[in-house]
Amino acid sequence: MIEFIAGYGDYIWDWLPEMAIASLQTLQLMVVSFCLACVLGMIVALLRISRFGVLRAIAKIYIGFFRGVPVLVILYWIYFALPEMGYEVLVISSYTAAILGLGIHGAAFLAEIFRSGIESLHRGQMEAALSLGMTPAKAMSYIILPQAIRVVVPPIANYTVGLLKETALCSIIAAPELMLRAKDLASSSFLPMHAFVLAAIFYYIMSFPLMRLAEHLEVRMGAGR
Amino acid sequence: MDPLLRIVDLHKSFGSLEVLTGVSTDVARGEKLSIIGPSGSGKTTLLRCINYLEKPTSGHIYIDDKLIGEKQVDGKFVHLSDRELAEERAEIGFVFQRFNLFPHLSALDNVTVAPRRALGVPKAEADARAMAMLEKVGLAHKADEFPERLSGGQQQRVAIARVLAMQPKLLLFDEATSALDPELIGEVLKVMRELADEGRTMVIVTHEIQFAAEVSDRVIFMDGGNIVEEGSPGEILKNANHERTRTFLSQIIER
Amino acid sequence: MGEFLTKLWQWSPEVLPVLWFATGMTVVVTVGALIVALILGLLIALMRISRVRWIRWIALIYTDVLRGTPALVQLFIIYFGLSDLGIEFDPVTAAIVGLGINGAAYVGEIYRAGIEAIHKGQMEASLSLGMTPIKAMRFIILPQAVRIMLPPLCNYAILLVKDTAIISTIAAPEIMFEARRLVQATFMHSVSGQIYLMCAFFYLALTLPLSHIAKRLEQAKERWQ
Repeated sequence: MIEFIAGYGDYIWDWLPEMAIASLQTLQLMVVSFCLACVLGMIVALLRISRFGVLRAIAKIYIGFFRGVPVLVILYWIYFALPEMGYEVLVISSYTAAILGLGIHGAAFLAEIFRSGIESLHRGQMEAALSLGMTPAKAMSYIILPQAIRVVVPPIANYTVGLLKETALCSIIAAPELMLRAKDLASSSFLPMHAFVLAAIFYYIMSFPLMRLAEHLEVRMGAGR
Repeated sequence: MDPLLRIVDLHKSFGSLEVLTGVSTDVARGEKLSIIGPSGSGKTTLLRCINYLEKPTSGHIYIDDKLIGEKQVDGKFVHLSDRELAEERAEIGFVFQRFNLFPHLSALDNVTVAPRRALGVPKAEADARAMAMLEKVGLAHKADEFPERLSGGQQQRVAIARVLAMQPKLLLFDEATSALDPELIGEVLKVMRELADEGRTMVIVTHEIQFAAEVSDRVIFMDGGNIVEEGSPGEILKNANHERTRTFLSQIIER
Repeated sequence: MGEFLTKLWQWSPEVLPVLWFATGMTVVVTVGALIVALILGLLIALMRISRVRWIRWIALIYTDVLRGTPALVQLFIIYFGLSDLGIEFDPVTAAIVGLGINGAAYVGEIYRAGIEAIHKGQMEASLSLGMTPIKAMRFIILPQAVRIMLPPLCNYAILLVKDTAIISTIAAPEIMFEARRLVQATFMHSVSGQIYLMCAFFYLALTLPLSHIAKRLEQAKERWQ
């Protein structure tokens, strides 16, 4: 154990700041992908509960597909396949590809969470709102969605923890984030274990507050019903 | 005077099961109509068709001579848009068996949300109206409480206040006391009795035969999707003509 | 679009057999890791409910750290890091061990939640009837707990299938690795889009049936409750 820590030697002075910066890149990647996934997810969720069968079907297929396929496949497709197929115009940076990949993939999970949230509400709520003379749209805005938000926050917090970990996969398509930095440092120093353990520590530092927040929300909002 | 509510040959099927088999009746302005009958007789479905929570398979409903839930365009019957339907429903008050209060809103907000958001009533006026209605049902002191802190009877009274705040022409009660513990039923029936005394038009689906007898002008016994018998409370409850009616009543009254 | 599909059809005979075998490897790794996770997870779960404080703490830290860091980092630590210490793993073994250790954290939680969901009243009733704690566990608690645990375990299996994609980074011959190898063969560059799409379908072939089973298990559980 002591040997291990000693092994870091002088590298640690370079590694700490570099990994810290890379961690910020990871957080940025996570936040931007999350926003994309949220927006897309909401759209897909609304399609999923639409009264038009066609829209519902499209949403179902989207959700079923992206939930059943690893995010890595999507990342590869966006980053490697599109340019290789000759669509030069779609050559995008690895960073953009990462955001698109994580966002499009995540939207499927968030759509399910949103849908579950809305459907978990008793049908009586919608009926009461309609009976009082609200249009379905108003009922959604003032009665259903405010309640649904409370229900979806814990699972969304959980999803966010998973998203943070997924950013590590973006190193495979060379997006600038912590894992990529760790790989670089590992190969240039021939101390892979040290590099990756330090990276793991940084990841844990980032995910720890998120995990605690998710647990706290689970307790607060879960018990409330 | 024209009847306030006209139900004409209403049929409703859920898949292959026909729940309403051609119901027709009128309700006069200020009349209190009670509907009794065994479960599965279609009485709740009938009520839910009146405010179009259920779409009838065939037949028509008129309130104040206006067609409900549909309109005639070039002689054909056409569905209403969401907005038109919402406007019609605003004039009908529906009280649910399970109250269906909005848990994320206080009692006061439960009562003001529909006037404000559906009718566009300004906040100050909506609040004033709401407090008056809560006062009426005896719950003004609970205005800031949330539904989870209220007893069943209190929740149902708030639900009634919520409906009254919309100033509806017609009040529909779907087994309003069936989900309540026995000791809480009285407070809700008291409110309903007061509303009846005010001359409101009410259609009440209930198991409370005693209450139906006291409050109604007319009682309808439904079974198998249609009206089996109707008459004044005295006629139905003391001197029912049909076998089925009498069997039902004897089972209920024995309880 | 038409061209895309034509090429898809054209190249299938070359690509499909390769991916088919790769899928077999994916299944092998999934099953292997699942077995490791199920066994190790049980140990972790029992540690979590132990009456000895420090045993509980070790299990808690294990679970939290492994769930708070990306599986990719854990995999790299095990594969690259341990070769530092002279322990050589072949990619597939490293994958099974790495994913299994990661999985034990999740599975442990599933076990624990299942046992705790049943625990109190049932145990009290069993003891009152004169059963020993062990008999109570065996005949009363665990049979019930199993029914509760099956749906989340099935969901975990789905996650595991998708996670196997990351082992492509340590050259394990599974779907993504083989696909990338095909694509890098010069003459298949232009059909990388089609190839990755076929990968997606192979994954779906594994995850969709599992999703279906998970849903059925969930329904059975609800009926039983």
